[in-house]
Amino acid sequence: MRLEYFQMIDAVTALDAQAKTIAASSVVPAQSPVFEGHFPGHPLVPGVLLTETMAQASGYLILALTGFTHMPFLMAVDKARFRDFVGPGAELEVKAALEHEGSGYAATKAKIVSDGKTICDAQLRFRTMPFPAGLDEQMRAQARRIGLTEAVR
Amino acid sequence: MSSTFDTVADIIAETADIPREDVTPESHAIDDLGIDSLAFLDIAFAIDKAFGIKLPLEQWTQEVNEGKAPAEEYFVLKNLVARIDELVAAKS
Repeated sequence: MRLEYFQMIDAVTALDAQAKTIAASSVVPAQSPVFEGHFPGHPLVPGVLLTETMAQASGYLILALTGFTHMPFLMAVDKARFRDFVGPGAELEVKAALEHEGSGYAATKAKIVSDGKTICDAQLRFRTMPFPAGLDEQMRAQARRIGLTEAVR
Repeated sequence: MSSTFDTVADIIAETADIPREDVTPESHAIDDLGIDSLAFLDIAFAIDKAFGIKLPLEQWTQEVNEGKAPAEEYFVLKNLVARIDELVAAKS
């Protein structure tokens, strides 16, 4: 995880195209400027960044299932629950499942588990749009970095 | 009006926070009810789930943008309801 660069996913550990699910892993960095403010002397990963982590796992799932034809942009977060704290060094399992692929949008359910405990879960929706110029290759590069390209094969 | 309309009107009223009595078969979702594209995706999600269908929004938008169909064809509620009934019938 590189919180400051919004690189929330370290590696894709499983992708099931039939079940339309993805699993990924991330390790919270030992140090980050984020922790200087959230909170001083008591570092915790902010809920918005946990939401972003669930959104990125969902987004990579949608990219994989749709063959990188459209870019998913987060448009709705429903029923988000933050059930426990995570701090520096925590190992996260990020899971997402495609609930519905609509025309121009997609819906997922996602959760983060750490040390056997559910940290958070949410229902997410994404607007799916043609890639803005140049973003297609950027996303493919990210997909290669986290092993999504290998998992699709 | 049909039960399809009632379901769609309830969805629109709840999703877009519009008084239920303002939603009529003659209402234009965009021009009369002020539903924007993002809110319409929320409504489409609820309609897809309620009826077990997939509203072809991208196709409709393309047809309207290319002048092949008037927006009223899909966004006046009585017409939207007719399209939904067609999709439900095609499913069975």
